[in-house]
Amino acid sequence: MDTRGHAPASLLPRPMRVARVVTEMAGTVTIELEAGAFAFAPGQFVMVSSPGVGEVPISISSDPDDGTPLALTIRAVGATTAVIAAVSEGSWLGIRGPYGTAWPDIPEGDLLLMAGGLGLAPLRGAFLRALRAQERIGRVILLYGTREPGMILFDRELLGWMRQTRAEIHVTVDQAHPGWTGNVGLITTLLERERLDASNTTAFLCGPEVMMRLSARQLAALGVSPSRIHLSLERHMACATAQCGRCQLGPLILCRDGPVVRHSDVGRALGIAEL
Amino acid sequence: MIVHPVEDLIREHALFAETGPEIAGLLASCARNVVFRDGELIFKEGETADRLLLIRSGRAALETSIPGHGNVIIQTVKTGEALGLSWLVPPYLTDFDARAIGTVRAVSFDATCLRAKCESDPRIGYAFYKLMIPPLIGRLRTARIQALNLYEPTADPNPA
Ligand SMILES: Cc1cc2nc3c(=O)[nH]c(=O)nc-3n(C[C@H](O)[C@H](O)[C@H](O)COP(=O)(O)OP(=O)(O)OC[C@H]3O[C@@H](n4cnc5c(N)ncnc54)[C@H](O)[C@@H]3O)c2cc1C
Ligand code: FES
Repeated sequence: MDTRGHAPASLLPRPMRVARVVTEMAGTVTIELEAGAFAFAPGQFVMVSSPGVGEVPISISSDPDDGTPLALTIRAVGATTAVIAAVSEGSWLGIRGPYGTAWPDIPEGDLLLMAGGLGLAPLRGAFLRALRAQERIGRVILLYGTREPGMILFDRELLGWMRQTRAEIHVTVDQAHPGWTGNVGLITTLLERERLDASNTTAFLCGPEVMMRLSARQLAALGVSPSRIHLSLERHMACATAQCGRCQLGPLILCRDGPVVRHSDVGRALGIAEL
Repeated sequence: MIVHPVEDLIREHALFAETGPEIAGLLASCARNVVFRDGELIFKEGETADRLLLIRSGRAALETSIPGHGNVIIQTVKTGEALGLSWLVPPYLTDFDARAIGTVRAVSFDATCLRAKCESDPRIGYAFYKLMIPPLIGRLRTARIQALNLYEPTADPNPA
């Protein structure tokens, strides 16, 4: 599949009714929208607006293949996301898109997904696709890291995947209270025990940029080709249609050439603090 | 029940994978096989750091207490890793509590014995300290990144 950005459809937001709001944790909700037929590929994002408040880029967290409503998982971090995350069922949001590049097609070999914090949301659709393809592909490994046990995104769903699927899922947190019997430590410490078949592994990474940089470096050191390491990069965006330059990273316009990019294409730029 | 000589257990441990069998043999007289039950305190913060444990199976939590927050687990150490590195440098005092999560099987080295072996034969000493460097660097790196509180949004370096 061509993972380059899709041509901008329209700058005009489509009003969509909020069908359901699920609280994931304090300050983070998943909003399901009545979107009608809305084609997208996992990894893409939409521009979400609340009239008179502002507009922000948000990744799509729903399953692209099972007909479930369009879902956006949003964390309130500032003025606009605070208002959007507080919407109630029946209210309306403006949606533009989908925009940007998607995760590549599920590869034949082993697939490693590494997600940090809210980064599990843009990976959810790709993971569900990988589960469906599991008969014909190799291992599906999901490594997830977050701040503390109470901040594990989609915790019930993760537990279900752990129990009911063949995917190898490992979770780690930065700190925990006694009683937590899982891992505590950086997500890269989970990589140490995975015996990866490096030449046969494709990796999808999504989370804080430092986490992705370290993980990508460690994967490359293990022998995974940087052209098979894909990351989802977030930069501030305004138009989302490759016109304003707000999201530029070196030669890339991330609303068009990203958010999903190959590490081989951005590794150098990521190391430059000024970018 | 099959009883494995402690020398074999050392040699089989991931940390010793790269070294020749000789080092494991020379250090075996400092070592014994130990088992901790779920929840058992392995060592306590502030006590003499008199042991190095090579975890053979299971997981241990490093805990500390933060006023107002109770006890907090700051790291887990798992199969194939080393637990207890404070015996390497004076004043040889542990920085954290270590507690077993589930059953933990380990090879426990007596720290005084290890230091004496390393002092008396610099060749062993060098080889052994080389083994200890990767876990030390790994923990330093991890602690630095965790201190950044990665999962919180950072200030916009490039505001509109
Ligand atoms: C392609 C893409 C996909 C995204 N997907 C999601 C998602 O699924 N869920 C979600 O909650 N958020 C997502 N974001 C981030 C979201 O767009 C920002 O949190 C939002 O724009 C903040 O707007 P605000 O007005 O609420 O806060 P502001 O006042 O603009 O910012 C509040 C704080 O968040 C930081 N921040 C803002 N935008 C970003 C960004 N893009 N990257 C890193 N830090 C930022 C600011 O530096 C500031 O510290 C995505 C961003 C991009 C570019
Ligand atoms: S957001 Fe305007 S060019 Fe990308």
